Amino acid sequence: MIAELSNKARSDRYGSKINRTHSPVRAYLVPWLSIVLGSLVALLPVASAVPLVPPLGFLMLLSWRLVRPGLFPVWAGFPLGLVDDMFSGQPFGSAIMLWSATMIAIEILETRFPWRGFFQDWAVSGLLATGYLMIAALFSGGKLGLTMFAVLVPQVVLTLALIPILSRFVSGLDRFRLARVRGLD
Amino acid sequence: MAPNSSRRSGHSRRAQYGQFTGYVLAAVGAALGAVLLGVSLWRPDTFAGLRSTATDAVAPVGGASAVARTESQGLFDSISGYLAAGAQNAALRKEVELARIRLKEAEAVKTENARLKSLMGFSESETKPVAVARLIGSTASSTRRFAYLGAGRDQGVGVGMPVRSPRGIVGRVLEVGNDSSRVLLLADTESVIPVRRSKDEVVAFAEGRGDGKLRIRLINLGINPLKKGDVFVTSGAGGYYRPGIAVAIVQEVTNDGAIAAVISDPAATDFVSVEPIWQPRAVEAAQTPVDEVVGE
Repeated sequence: MIAELSNKARSDRYGSKINRTHSPVRAYLVPWLSIVLGSLVALLPVASAVPLVPPLGFLMLLSWRLVRPGLFPVWAGFPLGLVDDMFSGQPFGSAIMLWSATMIAIEILETRFPWRGFFQDWAVSGLLATGYLMIAALFSGGKLGLTMFAVLVPQVVLTLALIPILSRFVSGLDRFRLARVRGLD
Repeated sequence: MAPNSSRRSGHSRRAQYGQFTGYVLAAVGAALGAVLLGVSLWRPDTFAGLRSTATDAVAPVGGASAVARTESQGLFDSISGYLAAGAQNAALRKEVELARIRLKEAEAVKTENARLKSLMGFSESETKPVAVARLIGSTASSTRRFAYLGAGRDQGVGVGMPVRSPRGIVGRVLEVGNDSSRVLLLADTESVIPVRRSKDEVVAFAEGRGDGKLRIRLINLGINPLKKGDVFVTSGAGGYYRPGIAVAIVQEVTNDGAIAAVISDPAATDFVSVEPIWQPRAVEAAQTPVDEVVGE
C-alpha cells in the first residue's frame, strides 16, 4: 500500500510547487529596486547635523552580493552608483567609482576564498563598508581634518552593527523575490 | 558555503565571452566613475541639473516624511515636557519676569533706533521672504552637510539666497531645481559665514567643522575676548546675509577663537524661509575678478 505523501512533499521554501511558479518581474526587480530605495532612505527621514545614517544603498548592494552571489553582474556598481550619486550629496561619480570597485573586489575575494561563512562575510562587508566611508569622506570635496574622521566613528559603528541585520533582511527579500506566486495555465 | 559556480564558464565560448565582457564593463564603469568624480571635484556644479531633476522627482515623498519627522519630534517633546513640568514651571515663571523687563528695554532701544535712523535719513524696510518651505531631507550618510528644500525656481528661489528658520540662519541655497533646491548647511566644511558678536563689534568668520559645530575664527588676533555663551549674529559682510540674524552660540573657547553650536539646528527645524540676497550688487562685485574691473 502506498502511504499518503507528506504535505510538504510538493512544496519548497518558496511555497507550493503545484500549479505555481516564480514571477520573473519580482525575481528581477526586487534586488535592484531595494538597493535604489536604500539609497533614497538615507536622504529622507532625518535632517541631521552629523553624518549618522549608514550608507544603506551600499550596504544593500553588499548584502545582496554576499547572500546571492552571481545575481548581480559585475558591472552593476555603475548604474546603481549613478542613482546613489544623485541623492547622496557626494560629488557626482564617487559612488559610481567606489561601487564598481567594490563589485570587482568581492569578485576577486570570492575567487581567492571560495568557501565562506557568516563571520567571514561580516568581516568582508565590514571592511569594505569602513573603507567605503573613509574614501567617500576623502573625496567628499570638503575640508579634510581630524574632526571629519572623528565624526565618522559613530557612523562606522552603526554600519558594522547593521550588516548582519541587513543580511537577514536581504535573505527575507530573497524569499519574497522567489515566492511562487504566478499561476501556471 | 561555497558560491555556486556559475562563474565557471566551462568550454562554452559564448559564456566565456559574456563573462569577460562583464569584467571589462565593470572596469570601464569604475574608470568612468573616477573621471566623473574628478570633473565634479574640479567644477562642483557640472552635474547640478541632473541632480536637481532627480531631487524634484522625490520631493513629494520628502515632504510627507518631513511632516512625519516634525510630528514625531513634537510627540517626544510633549512626553518629556510632561515629565519635567513642575520644575520647568518655576524656571519659566522666573524667565518670563526677566523677559518682561528685557522687552521694555528693547522697546526703548527700538524707539531710540528709529529716532537715530530718521536723523541719518536712513530708511530700512522689512525684507519679505521669497518662499517659505519645509526642509524635506538631508544627506544623512555623507560627510557633506546638505539639506533639500521643498521650493525651487518656480517659487522664485535663486542660487546664493540665505535660508533661515525662526531661530536663525540655516544655510545658503547652492543648487536650484524646479520644485526643490539644495541648501549648504552652516555645519558643512565648505561653509564660511562672516559674523559679529551680538553685543559688540568683535568680528569673526564662522566655519563649519562637519560635525554640527562651527569654528569661530577671530579676524583681529590678540587677546581672545570670547566667553562661553556669547551669541554670534550675521555681520552683513559679503552681502549675502542681512545683518543681525542669530548664527551660533559659543560652547568652548580656544586659543584663536571658539567652538560654537549652531543655534538653528536643521534637525529641529520644520519650516524655513528663503530670503533674497541682502546686497546683490556687493555679491556681484565680489565675484568679478579684479583684473576685469581694472580692465574696464
